[in-house]
Amino acid sequence: MLSRAAESIYWLHRYIERAENVARFIDVNLHLMLDLSPDSPEQWQPLVNITDDRHDFAKRYGTATKENVFTFLTHDTANPNSILSCLQAARDNARSMREIISSDMWEHVNKFYLMVRRAARQAQDTPHDFFTDVKNASYLFVGITDATMSHGEGWHFGRLGRLIERADKTSRILDVKYFLLLPQASDVGSPVDDIQWAAVLKSASALEMYRQRFGRITPVSVADFLLLDREFPRAMHYCLVEAETSLHLISGTPMGSFRDEAEQRLGRLRSELDYAAIQEIIGVGLHEFLDRFQFKLNQVDDEISNTFFAMRPVSGQRRGGV
Amino acid sequence: MNLAAYDTGPFYDELIRQDGQARPGAAPLLERVTSLPEGELVRRQQAAERDLLNLGITFTVYGDEAGTERIFPFDILPRIVGAADWAIIEDGLKQRIQALNLFIDDIYHAQRILKDGVVPEELILSARNFLQPCVGLNPPQGIWCHISGIDLVRDGDGQLYVLEDNLRCPSGVSYVLENRQVLKRTFPQVFEVSQVRPVDDYPSRLLDMLQSLAPAGVPNPTVVVLTPGIYNSAYFEHAFLAQKMGVELVEGRDLAVVDNLLMMRTTKGFQRVDVIYRRIDDDFLDPLTFRPDSYLGVPGLMQVYKAGRVALANAPGTGVADDKAVYAYVPQMIDYYLGEDMVLPNVPTYVCWEDKQRRYVLEHLDELVVKAVNESGGYGMLIGPHASAAERKTFAEAIEADPRNYIAQPTLSLSRAPVIVDGALEGRHVDLRPYILYGAGRPYVLPGGLTRVALQKGSLVVNSSQGGGSKDTWVLARD
Repeated sequence: MLSRAAESIYWLHRYIERAENVARFIDVNLHLMLDLSPDSPEQWQPLVNITDDRHDFAKRYGTATKENVFTFLTHDTANPNSILSCLQAARDNARSMREIISSDMWEHVNKFYLMVRRAARQAQDTPHDFFTDVKNASYLFVGITDATMSHGEGWHFGRLGRLIERADKTSRILDVKYFLLLPQASDVGSPVDDIQWAAVLKSASALEMYRQRFGRITPVSVADFLLLDREFPRAMHYCLVEAETSLHLISGTPMGSFRDEAEQRLGRLRSELDYAAIQEIIGVGLHEFLDRFQFKLNQVDDEISNTFFAMRPVSGQRRGGV
Repeated sequence: MNLAAYDTGPFYDELIRQDGQARPGAAPLLERVTSLPEGELVRRQQAAERDLLNLGITFTVYGDEAGTERIFPFDILPRIVGAADWAIIEDGLKQRIQALNLFIDDIYHAQRILKDGVVPEELILSARNFLQPCVGLNPPQGIWCHISGIDLVRDGDGQLYVLEDNLRCPSGVSYVLENRQVLKRTFPQVFEVSQVRPVDDYPSRLLDMLQSLAPAGVPNPTVVVLTPGIYNSAYFEHAFLAQKMGVELVEGRDLAVVDNLLMMRTTKGFQRVDVIYRRIDDDFLDPLTFRPDSYLGVPGLMQVYKAGRVALANAPGTGVADDKAVYAYVPQMIDYYLGEDMVLPNVPTYVCWEDKQRRYVLEHLDELVVKAVNESGGYGMLIGPHASAAERKTFAEAIEADPRNYIAQPTLSLSRAPVIVDGALEGRHVDLRPYILYGAGRPYVLPGGLTRVALQKGSLVVNSSQGGGSKDTWVLARD
């Protein structure tokens, strides 16, 4: 398929996944605030940290009040990671390759965008409804994509984008919340606030699945589940395993080997998680581990872009395929 | 909905006769419309508009906020063309497109028609769209204008005229197909009894025609649609046609010339392209041949084209024949190349470049419509009877300064069709743009077309860029 179209479908999925994640963690935080005692300070700054936009936010808004963070993350078009900006970008990408995706997918993305544009400004009045709509529209997008688009190259580029975005967001939720709740590695084992940790799991829609696997909520098990679970679809390990499968189906390279740097880097990062143990990670420092993970995931993204999307000059062309 | 209140005025109405009775083919539709409960028609109109917005069937408005998209205003009452009228239209268009094609081929080769003095040589050689690099080109099958849209109007007495030839990148056919989808949902029963001819096979016919242009020896030719990108006003149509044909939609940056072949950049390396349905203007096709500042085209494309290794539809250079001053000579072309009488007449046209005709135009500006020869979209136009004295003066000066650039025509009393305005029917002026495909074999005329409506009361300008809308066009299989 056209390099440009592959890139568009990759980003279409990333942006929709991003919007869903932003909606989920604002929603969870709103609920959490209702459960906290009135005198404990509200925690809105971490949300800005999760999307990694704290400098832009500090410059344009100053304090992280509920209103400021809400505006910044839902409908501020100057913030490229706000829900509205994500949907605008997703729609532009979908528009630029309408001939590749199914009409049902296009129609859904277009309606999703129109809904967000209409509702984002009023989201503060009935926030739960708005964020639920965004999450459901994202699930529906994935479902329509699965049901109406051939599971060929384009579909795998989309899935690759979605899974890489998801692994990144889960790692950030874990990083920010862990740091906030347990600043020191030695704090592990001190009395925990069940409500707060349940909120961390809800931010990744993981509470019920976690309960089935571990039952009691402990910080170490929460980190274990979100990082290393092989079956939960928002766990970082799961995302990388599936992303790698898609990458190899695109290129035709047998699993366990590589022909380009994207495959090499993704394979390495995935195998790191294959053989990781949570106690070791926490011993060395969870924050340091997650920081490196995000850095390496960015490198994977760069190499996917270099291998498949880059507008290669006419001479010295035959890279990545053929 | 009550028909009795509808006033056709002094105009020819496409659906309703002066005595208030339905024209023959329109009876089932009008019966249905009048039997609908109060408000139902408006409700259906709103549902149709909502569908169009959700489907993203929009166009970009230039000069507005960057990237503003609107739905193309749409009226759910179709325009109906009877079988007898259509037979004349179809014959007339086939004749016209063949003559125009022979003319273009002649102009870029021997120029017999100029040497024989049938069309003034200076008029053609001074045409802005006469492209020197196209001299001597031999497009596949000898066909230059593969896809054209020819605008027709009906005068007060019911006579159909050709108003304008669009031989470069005529747009609008996607609305023909989409409007039909909406109408089938809106009036299913009427549709059945009226025996409306289908238009849905247009993408298949377009693809067949494009594949017929592929270089010899290519068994499964790769066809692409070349677009300027998502900010172009007709982007929706480019994507729509690529999707319906199942071919790639490419931008200039996706293409490159490699080893004298035209290639597209794919995730698996370069892949050869055989036929380009290009929706960018000649000027922008190849910066090495035409405008050097173009980023939309592909450097070196024309070399590959001249070598016969890629086909372009339409061929570059066709614009020489949709110059409005050249239009005036189409009757002579039909006689010269085909030895036939014209089936669909031209609107009488004064070419300001000729002294006598210019004097007449300047003396009768208050009666005439004046048009700049290379403008489209309703720009560069003076409607004399509706213009102020100051506007007429501006145009008079412009004509004196550059007579080659202007033509004039009598102000026709354009026919009207009913549209829904605030829940009632009112007449609005319409035109009709049928689409013609011309590949190997005879030209094919799509039985339908874009009926454009001047939605503003009394307005004669139907262009979408000037507040025009559209209607579905029903061509009947039988009268």
